[in-house]
Amino acid sequence: MAETADIAVVGGGIHGCSAALHLAARGYRVVVLEKDRVGAHASGVNAGGVRRLGRATAEVPLAVAAAAYWQDIRGLVDDACGHRVSRYLKVARSEAELSAAERRVAVLRQQGFTHEGVIGPEELRRLLPAAAPDCIGALHVEGDGYANPFRTTAAFRRRAERLGARVCEGTAVGAVRREGSGWRLETARGEVTAAEIVNTAGAWGGALAARLGDRVPLEAHAPMLAVTAPLTPLVDAVVGSLGAALSLKQLPNGAVLIGGGVRGRAELASGRTTLDLRGLAQFLATARAVFPALAQARIVRSWAGIEGYTPDHLPVIGRGTAEGVVHAFGFSAHGFQLAPAVGAMVADLVEGRTPALDLAEFAPGRFSEPSGLRTSRRAGAGSSRAARQARFRGSGWSR
Amino acid sequence: MSAARDAQAPEAIIVGAGPAGMAAASILAEAGAAVLLLDENPAPGGQIWRGVDAATAVHRSRLGADYAAGRRATRRLAASGARHLPGTTVWQLSPLVTGAEIGWTDGQRARLATVPVVILATGAQERPFPIAGWTLPGVMSVGGAQTLLKSSSLAAEGAVFAGTGPLLYLVVAQYLAAGVPVAAVLETTAPGALGRAAWSAPAALRRPALLAKGLQWIAAIRRAGVRHIRGVRGLRVLGETAATGIAWRMGDGRWREIATEHVFLHQGVVPSVNLSMAAGLAHRWCPQQLAWVPRTDAWGQTGSPGLFVAGDGAGIAGWQAAEARGAVAAQAALVRLGRLSPVQARLRAAPDRRRIAAEGRLRPFLDAWFRPAEAFRVPEDPETVVCRCEEITAGALRAAIAQGLAGPNQLKSFTRAGMGPCQARSCALTLHETIAHQTGRPAGQIEPLRFRPPVKPLSISELADMTFDDGAGHG
Repeated sequence: MAETADIAVVGGGIHGCSAALHLAARGYRVVVLEKDRVGAHASGVNAGGVRRLGRATAEVPLAVAAAAYWQDIRGLVDDACGHRVSRYLKVARSEAELSAAERRVAVLRQQGFTHEGVIGPEELRRLLPAAAPDCIGALHVEGDGYANPFRTTAAFRRRAERLGARVCEGTAVGAVRREGSGWRLETARGEVTAAEIVNTAGAWGGALAARLGDRVPLEAHAPMLAVTAPLTPLVDAVVGSLGAALSLKQLPNGAVLIGGGVRGRAELASGRTTLDLRGLAQFLATARAVFPALAQARIVRSWAGIEGYTPDHLPVIGRGTAEGVVHAFGFSAHGFQLAPAVGAMVADLVEGRTPALDLAEFAPGRFSEPSGLRTSRRAGAGSSRAARQARFRGSGWSR
Repeated sequence: MSAARDAQAPEAIIVGAGPAGMAAASILAEAGAAVLLLDENPAPGGQIWRGVDAATAVHRSRLGADYAAGRRATRRLAASGARHLPGTTVWQLSPLVTGAEIGWTDGQRARLATVPVVILATGAQERPFPIAGWTLPGVMSVGGAQTLLKSSSLAAEGAVFAGTGPLLYLVVAQYLAAGVPVAAVLETTAPGALGRAAWSAPAALRRPALLAKGLQWIAAIRRAGVRHIRGVRGLRVLGETAATGIAWRMGDGRWREIATEHVFLHQGVVPSVNLSMAAGLAHRWCPQQLAWVPRTDAWGQTGSPGLFVAGDGAGIAGWQAAEARGAVAAQAALVRLGRLSPVQARLRAAPDRRRIAAEGRLRPFLDAWFRPAEAFRVPEDPETVVCRCEEITAGALRAAIAQGLAGPNQLKSFTRAGMGPCQARSCALTLHETIAHQTGRPAGQIEPLRFRPPVKPLSISELADMTFDDGAGHG
């Protein structure tokens, strides 16, 4: 496979497929290089939360932008993705948790975001009759929901392919070097040349970034999930907890999916994960504390997927130090919902446009330089757009 | 046996109290090791000797000499000092540098412990038989029918038995011996398979006793005047809300049918590998047995030190070989525990090794004779349900495979096939072979379905309140 493309996207998770979709839609020739299978790791096996609620302030604008795409996900990827719109609640089990939630809502309102609110005990009882008596309120949002993660990732991939992107599975990237005004990537299936590299390699993104000249400290973990056998209707919302790791939803077939970020062990080299049964016991105990009726529900499966975590648990989205590199990885187990919007931002970054949203908080260089330098880097980021476009045209790669 | 030994942390945990597990547990305990034998059933025996201790002499004799042989094994186990925990489900196993972490539950309380030696003797399960209507009430596997007969002496009159394999004949013979009328036997064994099998595996002819046993079952069917149709090419269970009959297609393409409320299906057994797969042990695809088999050496030792697989779970070879393989694994385990020298182990294992070799020579013959036809392993009719739990049809699977989801794990993530409470026990092989069939890739080159704990379902409370032991002294 000697392949020439405008853009080589490394990593076929949902972010790689979304970037490929947006780039292909803009007319670029895109090749996605995936070492395993599309959606094989975190993208395919996460809890599928389509959630704005409770995100770090820096991420809220991105999540709100992504929510707009989710409203018409079929229009974007031509598949319903198993997307269900519901409501999301993070329950409070103490006054302290409830007042922290109120403070958060106030801060968001000051920033102009009004989607989150706080509800009291009566409203909580009405929305979640099965919740334990010690649940006294919740942080609440209407319109968040969930989707089938593997199906969604596959839909992004297929849509990207229909737009002309090439997806190569079983294609690990080896040595990468500058050649002329672009990159030459050695892969398990031959060489690929491209003007730009998009690093959406998830948990493996830190290692790729290092080879491209950017130091991003990244830890690999394997957040765990468990699912019960189908139950009678119990909960008609996605439920989290303000005070403990929990994310819980009842799927259309009645099975209750329980997660919440408790981590198993991840092995980057083999791509394997090992469940931490003590951790599993811990979040199942939380689930039972919030919904006592779950005590006798039978867990039929549990699993984990490998995800990359940054030190501040914010993703890395931005141009790399070297020419022709864009990073989008390290979503720290909350990137699924963001993907449709991040793909558009990545396409903007590749084209040298200034993205619609301020990505300064996600700058790849934030871990290796004093924070005061961040803005200056960002200001310079768009300057070479004309040069890059000239490069695409000059090479004849762009269609 | 003694209270002192009960309080000890086990040195070896055996999973499964069938012929292999009982032999292994007995030998280890007789040599003084602290042994815990975990089994789901209320009494030892496994599938072949289910309920053997409780059975009356008359009942035992009806079930045949092989069944009666189980008494010897259960008596030996009881005298050995091994601690047997019936009604116990193993739901987790993961190898450590040596030994393993193993989780079990008695249905109330789950435990997780580390132990230097684990011998998996999880036996066999019946191969899925995905035909139209196989999910209807009234349809059961032949093994299920045998379980009822053995454990509660329940039998359905006027049943139709369909499929192939020694167990099919055996259970029909056991039904007839119990005086229960059988409506028909529809055999899917390929015409001429016996002759071809004998030709390809002449070693079997040196063991005429076994051949005679098979022919004797067939003769019993004939003597009883049971309608016996051979060379069946297609099967369909009839009925809307429950089985009302079964239709079959012969080589001439015509469908014929017979009314019945009970259909018993069987097309051979395959190793139960959910636990060994979940433990991450290496497996190979066995093209003769059309199934995954854990990789072991001649002692049953897997790639993980201290973790052994014995019996039909390590490849179908029948109860006599299973008992011998359990014994051989126990000798190797004693070496690991420092209770036996390698030289002694080799000597003690020699007779069992010979039994294993003798049984092994027969296997190619049986595998070839009763090889299930592809039409019954890879459903032709797109409406046929493959995954019973999630009700995923063959057509839905084929559509997904055509979209490029050409591995069982991707197919599972995409269609939900294999995600239900049976944990893919009734569809993993069908998924696998459907992919192989449709893509033309050899089955052995397709990555198998990934299994995770809990390998058997357990409740949130069991998991949330589980006990973590370094040893497992208090069962």
